[in-house]
Amino acid sequence: MTRTSLRRLPGYIFLTIAAIVSVFPLYFMLVSATNTSREVISSKLTPGGNLINNYNALMASQQSLWVAFRQSTIIAVVTTVLALLICSIAGYGFEVFHSRGKDRLMAVLLLAIMIPFAATMIPLFQMFAGLNMVNSVMAVVLPAVATPFLILLFRQSARNFPHEIIEAARIDGLSEIAIFFKIFIPTMRSAYAAAAVITFMAAWNNFLWPKVILINSQFQTIPMMISNLTAGYVTDFGVLMLAVTIATLPTIFVFLALQRVFAEGITGAIK
Amino acid sequence: MSVTTQPTVPLAPDGEPDLTPAKRRGGRMTISRRTNLVGWGFLLPAAGLVTLMSFWPMFRALILSFQSGRGTRMRWADPLWFNYTRLLEDKVFQQTLANTFIYLAIQVPIMLILALILANLLNDRNLRFRGLFRTAIFLPCAVGLVSYALVFRTMFANDGMVNVFLGKLGFDPVPWLNNPTTAKLVIVMGLLWRWTGYNMIFYLAGLQNIDPNTLEAARIDGAGPIRTFLYVTVPQLKPMILLTAIMSTNGTLQLFDESWNLTAGGPGYASMTMSHYLYQVSFQGSPNFGYASAISYVILILVAILALIQMKVGDRRD
Repeated sequence: MTRTSLRRLPGYIFLTIAAIVSVFPLYFMLVSATNTSREVISSKLTPGGNLINNYNALMASQQSLWVAFRQSTIIAVVTTVLALLICSIAGYGFEVFHSRGKDRLMAVLLLAIMIPFAATMIPLFQMFAGLNMVNSVMAVVLPAVATPFLILLFRQSARNFPHEIIEAARIDGLSEIAIFFKIFIPTMRSAYAAAAVITFMAAWNNFLWPKVILINSQFQTIPMMISNLTAGYVTDFGVLMLAVTIATLPTIFVFLALQRVFAEGITGAIK
Repeated sequence: MSVTTQPTVPLAPDGEPDLTPAKRRGGRMTISRRTNLVGWGFLLPAAGLVTLMSFWPMFRALILSFQSGRGTRMRWADPLWFNYTRLLEDKVFQQTLANTFIYLAIQVPIMLILALILANLLNDRNLRFRGLFRTAIFLPCAVGLVSYALVFRTMFANDGMVNVFLGKLGFDPVPWLNNPTTAKLVIVMGLLWRWTGYNMIFYLAGLQNIDPNTLEAARIDGAGPIRTFLYVTVPQLKPMILLTAIMSTNGTLQLFDESWNLTAGGPGYASMTMSHYLYQVSFQGSPNFGYASAISYVILILVAILALIQMKVGDRRD
């Protein structure tokens, strides 16, 4: 017993260091949100009493904080709902109505995973500008809706969906679309939860494309807003860390509540 | 006699003409044809969006990369490959290309090896605090790229937390973000922090599919934990390692958020990534969409070539 514990000791030390390193920057962020800029810089690592002042200063400099929060929420929710709907219908279609032609289409769609966003950004900007959709929520959302990764994830989960149920529902006279909405979606809740968590997080944190297409500062998202906080003459690090905390806490809560679902989401497509 | 009088339509045992198999087959054909069409309908929205939002813009970018001009007044470049030859003389582009490859060459191998070791340690069923370790190491994935970049920027500020800490240990302060080498180093550390746990999750998923008997057999054959890890575990994780390598390469070639928020590409262009430079050429100062598209195609081609190389290496039987 003690011999095996001793053999595990290096492993424990390594894991402990890795865990501390992983958590420390977040602890630093949280604590710094309650300290003055000078205390942050001088590496005070205990909670201070400056939280209210930081909040007031943040509000005075960036009145748009809660506007940006609302904008990010709308974008993340709309992206998640549309992405789940469209990708799950497709994933279901590829698996349930399986045919060789559809396999070929899937292979083509998978190639899109390898297209770097950089290579589509400028034409997308031109396209949405041409449609007068600069600054619109849908311009942010649409490029993020149909991802081969999510389609793959839903195809994998549809593979575990018993075909007999579909046959039985057909005999009962349900239309194909009704089978999908009334039977597939309710039974596949865990797949939807996994897809929802990763899509929401990605949409909430997306930076480059919103920065390109949301030109007016009144439409900026949370990541854009906190990024702009450092653009001033002097950065107030206490205020900055409070803003970063406000941007980060929602995703951290989602993560802590649904960690297994999140892990399922990022690895689900490849099983 | 009996042969000629045999009815052309065979009778089923109950006396009814046995048309059903053929009839049913015919019926199924049309139904399956119909469901096949419905199936295509299910794929249409997603396939349409991927085409419109990925394939079509990618094609447009190729056209653009052979054009010059401003805004909507684009015309063919003269010579056609002008934007590409310009890349060869653009010192800033070459710097950002080199930076990106430095990130790739240093960060990705360290990260994947660390993730492999961590996953292997966490895969031990008898480990205490297993869930706690896993959650802690996985936690950085919950943090947005802009958020963590700004936290790292604050920690590595000239008179910031890290330098104060180094001072207490008796070291001289390091001008982290103002020195070309250390600025890159901070970005590498940031990337390691943010993505090691992410890759670890893939390996943990892969480790679940490994037959424990193979590990037991290795142990009985007298292999120590390190040899078992290297010669039994790692080969079985090869598909997962290949996948994470391709994903990380793809991600590294597209780095933007860290370069923009953590170092602002500086000092000078010392830590700027290709995507950051692409953004600058596209949307800052006097935008040049044609030249920017040529840069974007370099990124696209590099992603494709590196993925192909990795798949070739990953496929090789040893």
